[in-house]
Amino acid sequence: MTLLSTSNLSVTLRGRAVLTDVSLTLAAGEVVGLIGPNGAGKTSLMRAALGLLPHRGASSLARMSPRDRGRAVAWMPQTREIAWPVSVETLVTLGRTPHLAPGQRPSDADRAAVTRALDRMALGSLRHRTATRLSGGEQARALIARALAQETPLLMADEPIAGLDPAHQIATMHCFAGLAKGGHSVLVSLHDLGLAARFCTRLVVLDKGVIVADGTAQTVLTPQLLRDTFGITAWFETTSQGPVFQPLEVV
Amino acid sequence: MMRLFAGLAGLVLALFCASLLIGPAGIGPVESLHALIWGGEGPMVLVMREIRLPRAILAVLIGGGLGLAGAAMQGYLRNPLADPGLIGVSGSAALGAVVALQTGLAAVAVLALPFAALAGAVVGMVLVLALAGPRGSSLTLILAGIAISALAGALTTLALNLSPNPFAASEIVFWMMGSLADRSMTHVWIALPLIVIGAGMLATLARGLDALTLGEDAAEAMGISLYRLRLTLILGTAAVVGASTAVAGAIGFVGLVVPHILRGFVGARPGALLWASTLGGALMLLTADIAVRVLLPARDLKLGVLTALVGAPLFLHLIYRTRREGQ
Repeated sequence: MTLLSTSNLSVTLRGRAVLTDVSLTLAAGEVVGLIGPNGAGKTSLMRAALGLLPHRGASSLARMSPRDRGRAVAWMPQTREIAWPVSVETLVTLGRTPHLAPGQRPSDADRAAVTRALDRMALGSLRHRTATRLSGGEQARALIARALAQETPLLMADEPIAGLDPAHQIATMHCFAGLAKGGHSVLVSLHDLGLAARFCTRLVVLDKGVIVADGTAQTVLTPQLLRDTFGITAWFETTSQGPVFQPLEVV
Repeated sequence: MMRLFAGLAGLVLALFCASLLIGPAGIGPVESLHALIWGGEGPMVLVMREIRLPRAILAVLIGGGLGLAGAAMQGYLRNPLADPGLIGVSGSAALGAVVALQTGLAAVAVLALPFAALAGAVVGMVLVLALAGPRGSSLTLILAGIAISALAGALTTLALNLSPNPFAASEIVFWMMGSLADRSMTHVWIALPLIVIGAGMLATLARGLDALTLGEDAAEAMGISLYRLRLTLILGTAAVVGASTAVAGAIGFVGLVVPHILRGFVGARPGALLWASTLGGALMLLTADIAVRVLLPARDLKLGVLTALVGAPLFLHLIYRTRREGQ
C-alpha cells in the first residue's frame, strides 16, 4: 500500500529553486531516512509533500482534505514549539486533534492512544510535568510522542533525534522501526548517518533540491556519493553487529 | 475544571445581583427585586429596569466579551501580552464616537454616538483585513493593528485639538475614559447581538488555538485551517470590541489581565482559557463597576480609569512573578 507518492514536486522560494522534480513513493512498512547536507531541501520536500508549502507537481497528501490528511500523516516540524506551559499529557493529547469531531472530548480510545505514545517515548514519569520546564531533549521526546499519539499510517519527522542523548536517539529509531514492523511508515530526516544506516530500511539522499540516490544504505552510501554530496570520507562495513558507519575526514 | 467553572459562574451571578442592589437611589434589596421582577408603578421600577438592569447586563456582556477576545488574541499570537485592542478596532471605534461628539451629532440624537462608534469599528476592521489579510502571518496582523491604532489615535487627538470649545473637549476626554453609567436598555440592544455573535465566533476557536500551542505548521498539518481561524478571530474580536467601545467607551486591561490571571487555573490550555476568561472578564468588570459606585459615589469615577488603576499594578505583579519563575 502506498502511503505517500509525489511526482515532479518542485518548490521555488523567492525565485530560487529549492526543490526540483522530486518523485518519491513510500510504501507501508518502511523507515525512510531523508539525508543530505544543510540546505539540501529536506524540510521543503516534507512540507511541500504535506501541502504546507506552495509547490508545483503532485503529492498524494497535499490533495487530501485537511481533516483526512490529519488522519493520514503526523508531522513533527523541526522547530520545537511549545507555546504555553501545558502538561506533557495535554501536549501529547493534542495529537488526537484530527480524530475528534468538533466539540467532542477525548474518549477512552484517545486516552489509550496518548498512554501508548507516552510509553513508547518512556515519558510515563513525566506525564504530569509542565512541558515547557523540561529539558530540550525531553521536550523533543514529548513532541515525538505527540506525533505518535496521532496514530497515523505515516509519520513524517524533521530531525526528531537532533539534541537527544545517545540512548534516546537509539530508542527513538527503534520506535520508528517498531512502527514499520506494525505496518506504519516513517519518513525521517536526520544528519546521523550511522543511525540512518542501522535503522532505516531505505535512504533517500537529497542534494541541492534533487534526489541523487535512493535505496538501501549499502547501495546509497558509496565513497563517491559521500565525497560528492557530503564532502566526507567514511568507514562503512556490515559487521556481525549490523552495519557500522563512521565518518572520518572532510574531503 | 468544573469547580473553577462553578466558582466563577457563581461569583458572576452574585455580583450581578449585587450590581442591581447598589446605587444612589438607596432602595432596599427586597423592594428593588420586587420592583425589578413584578414591576408596577413608580420611580422604583424605572430605576431598576432602566438604570440598574442595563448597567449590570452591560458589565457582564462587555467584561465577558473583552475577556474572551483577550484570551483568543493571546492564544492566536501565542503571546501573553496580546490584547483585544491590538487589531486597532477599539481605537477606530473610539475615533467614530469622538467625531460624533466633536461635530455635535451626539447632542442631536442619543444614538448617534454608538452608531458612529460602530461605523468606526467597521472601518477599522475593513482596514485591518485589507492590510493584514487573512493569509498573512501573525506579525502582519500586529503591525496592521498598530498602524490603525496609531492613525486612529492621531485623528482622535486632532478632533480634540480642533474642538470648538473646552466643554466639547472635556466631554470627549471623559467619554474616552469608559463608563457604564446612565446607559439604557437601548444600549443593551445595540451591544447584545454583536457581542453574542462575536463571542459565538470566538468560542469556535478553542480547538484551533489548542493546536496552535505546537506552532502554525504542526497545527495546520493536524487539519486546522489557519486561514479560517484568523478570519474568525478578526471578525469575532471586531464585533465584540467594536460593540463594547460603542456603548461603554474604551475600557482597557480587562482583555489583557484576565487571561493572564486565569491561565494557571486551566492548565495553560488556550481553548479552556476562552470560557474561563469570559467569566473572569465579566467578574472583573462587574466588580469594577460596583467599585466606582461605592468608592466615590458623589464623583463620577470612570470605569476605564479604575480598570487601568487596578490592572496596571496587577500586571506588574504578574511580570514580577514570571521573572522570578524564570530564574
